[in-house]
Amino acid sequence: MRAKSFPHGVHPPEHKELTEDKPLIPLPAPEKVIIPLHQHFGSPAEPLVQRGDEVALGQKIGEGKTLFSASVHASVSGKVLSVEAYNHPLGKPVLSVAIGNDGEDRRSNQIQETEDPFVLEPAQIIHKVKEAGVVGLGGAAFPTSVKLSPPKDKPIDTVIINGCECEPLLTADYRLMLESPEDILNGTELIRIATRAERIILGIEDNKKAAYDTFLEKSAGREVEVALVKTKYPQGAEKNLIQALLRREVPAGGLPFDVGVVVQNVGTAKAVWDAVSHGRPLYERAVTVTGNGIKEPKNLLVRVGTTFQEAIDFCGGLTEEANILVMGGPMMGLAQWTADVPVIKGTSGILAWSAAEVITEYTCIRCGRCVDHCPMRLVPTQLMKYVRYEHLAEAENWGVMDCVECGSCQYTCPANIPLVHWIRLGKTQVSTARRKKSA
Amino acid sequence: MMAEKTLVLKSSPHFRDRDSVPKIMYAVVISLIPSAAASVYFFRLRAVLLYVVCITVCLTTEAVFLRTRKKPLHSLGDGSAVITGLLLAMTLPPATSLDIAAIGAVVAIGLGKQVFGGLGHNIFNPALVGRAFLQTAFPVAMTTWIPPAVLKVDVATFATPLGHLKFEEAVAAGTLTPLKDLFWGNVGGCLGETSSLALLLGAVYLFYKKAIDWRIPLGIILTLSVFTGFFWLLQPQTYASPLFHILAGGLIIGAFYMATDMVTSPINPLGTWVYALGIGLLVGLIRLFGGFPEGVMYSILFWNTFVPLLNRYTRPRILGERRRR
Repeated sequence: MRAKSFPHGVHPPEHKELTEDKPLIPLPAPEKVIIPLHQHFGSPAEPLVQRGDEVALGQKIGEGKTLFSASVHASVSGKVLSVEAYNHPLGKPVLSVAIGNDGEDRRSNQIQETEDPFVLEPAQIIHKVKEAGVVGLGGAAFPTSVKLSPPKDKPIDTVIINGCECEPLLTADYRLMLESPEDILNGTELIRIATRAERIILGIEDNKKAAYDTFLEKSAGREVEVALVKTKYPQGAEKNLIQALLRREVPAGGLPFDVGVVVQNVGTAKAVWDAVSHGRPLYERAVTVTGNGIKEPKNLLVRVGTTFQEAIDFCGGLTEEANILVMGGPMMGLAQWTADVPVIKGTSGILAWSAAEVITEYTCIRCGRCVDHCPMRLVPTQLMKYVRYEHLAEAENWGVMDCVECGSCQYTCPANIPLVHWIRLGKTQVSTARRKKSA
Repeated sequence: MMAEKTLVLKSSPHFRDRDSVPKIMYAVVISLIPSAAASVYFFRLRAVLLYVVCITVCLTTEAVFLRTRKKPLHSLGDGSAVITGLLLAMTLPPATSLDIAAIGAVVAIGLGKQVFGGLGHNIFNPALVGRAFLQTAFPVAMTTWIPPAVLKVDVATFATPLGHLKFEEAVAAGTLTPLKDLFWGNVGGCLGETSSLALLLGAVYLFYKKAIDWRIPLGIILTLSVFTGFFWLLQPQTYASPLFHILAGGLIIGAFYMATDMVTSPINPLGTWVYALGIGLLVGLIRLFGGFPEGVMYSILFWNTFVPLLNRYTRPRILGERRRR
């Protein structure tokens, strides 16, 4: 079968060999977990517990009250030590619940199995997904219940399950695909029921042949199309995956809904299955701890609220030379100033290596490589110049808001210009201006 | 817990390709080595001296300007001034005196590049600016040709293949320079433009290094072929063949090494096509119907002017964008 793909993009070194053969192993729950009440796209959850409360494993400790929010659950059983602001991998400190682990993993009575999840109505599935605090596990942590509830006038015909894992170094999704294919397929079926779609396509990059073969075998007798896509970055970016698999273009400023598609990551599909079938909230996730700054790279199942430091220590610690710590993948991940930050629902990887501290920046020589590689067909160098010289209206006309910040432009830039940084600044400025206008 | 480390904080992406501006520039320098070697073979010591003078004066001028503008001198090492020097020398007639060459080099870097703000900001190809200046200031010196050292001919009446074609009705007389000679370079002409073989060898390396946009040479050569081919088919007894036009004069060096200058060529694919087709057409027009035998330099400079405009009006359609208008 020929691998499908999209135009442009880049092919960074993969380095998946560090962890691709390492099975997911549970990281022992730490003595204390710090669970931020804001781990998702949208507004923070509101605390339901206070200092001194006893909580059980999987008990809801923060309620996502608005539509764009997600509930948060205890990842251990024990006593609430504090509810206060704590370091957060996204930068600013966030109100967090610290729980002292009693080591018993007493399960909350809120956790209830469902006998036959496949007979549930869409609304019931969506409700269970929301109750379990499931968010997109690919990295953006968008509340899944919202994605499963498209507007009435936008019918969904296809569910795409994203098994690309196009970021270099990360292998957590790959391991999930090898180790829990049934759960992923079951979760996918629930997503299909919830969105009333007809078709399911599972897209897997062709550097993960073992996962592809596994799904070909396991999907026999199910209505799932397993599709091979080319190993290219950012194949797993929603809009590009839709383009590759269906030849449909999500309108600028729009969402996959607009072309009748819902895209979910493989990890999210499994989380949906766990939530709906087992009543299990999202309090644990697969994390790849890797990079040549980590002594023994591993794939771990980590309780939310475990600090990066604890996960790193379990992997032999950092090497002498390691001087950069990143949450997520090397292309879109966030650099951390400390390892004393908790793992959140969106933590797909913890990476460390040694990076050059000073990078020489040259002036743009207009080579056009950023234009040739932008998967959104933007002109990054022009956007950079518009933002730099404060021509915001021009930046908007040239599509600054359509940038997905994948970093392909900056990856290829021979002048080392921090293009994504400038574009992000432009996006912030344009949205601030828009908000002011509408206010 | 281990001791706190000082961590590097930077925004994504954290990986980058290993290519850099100096690497691209030095790739161009390396790609010009076969042609430089060929010109030394054909024109001996004159060639060596012209290269030395042009490169040295370009670097010196660059240094003086950087110093005056209080810019760091390390950008001298980015290789771009070396390219300008090399390319300028290659566009000079082999008999050019060294002081004229030096003036050309000062103008190339000074007026062609630094007055605009240095690398990345210039509108015109710096080497061609220098060459165009010399063409106007020293018209006789710039059109006096000598034969390659390996050729035994009458020096006094020696002409370039294109000059021979234009002013001596070579096609009708049947004395048109053979394609074989144009290919190997055993003909008269500017220092670096004579051997098509050497230039194409370097071009292969440039493609391999992804240092030039393939659309530009392809577009130029295709348009010139179609244009000159049309007239050749119509009147083969008057007009030279497209292959002659491709191999003769400065077309190969212009199409592969000068029109492709990243700074002065468009960034969007559509703009690049327009630019390439425009250059090819203009070269054909000048060669067939203009007053000069050769038109590569003016064609490239002319289209350099339109690059900012092309960049502005050929923005690619954004994924998911519906074009109004």
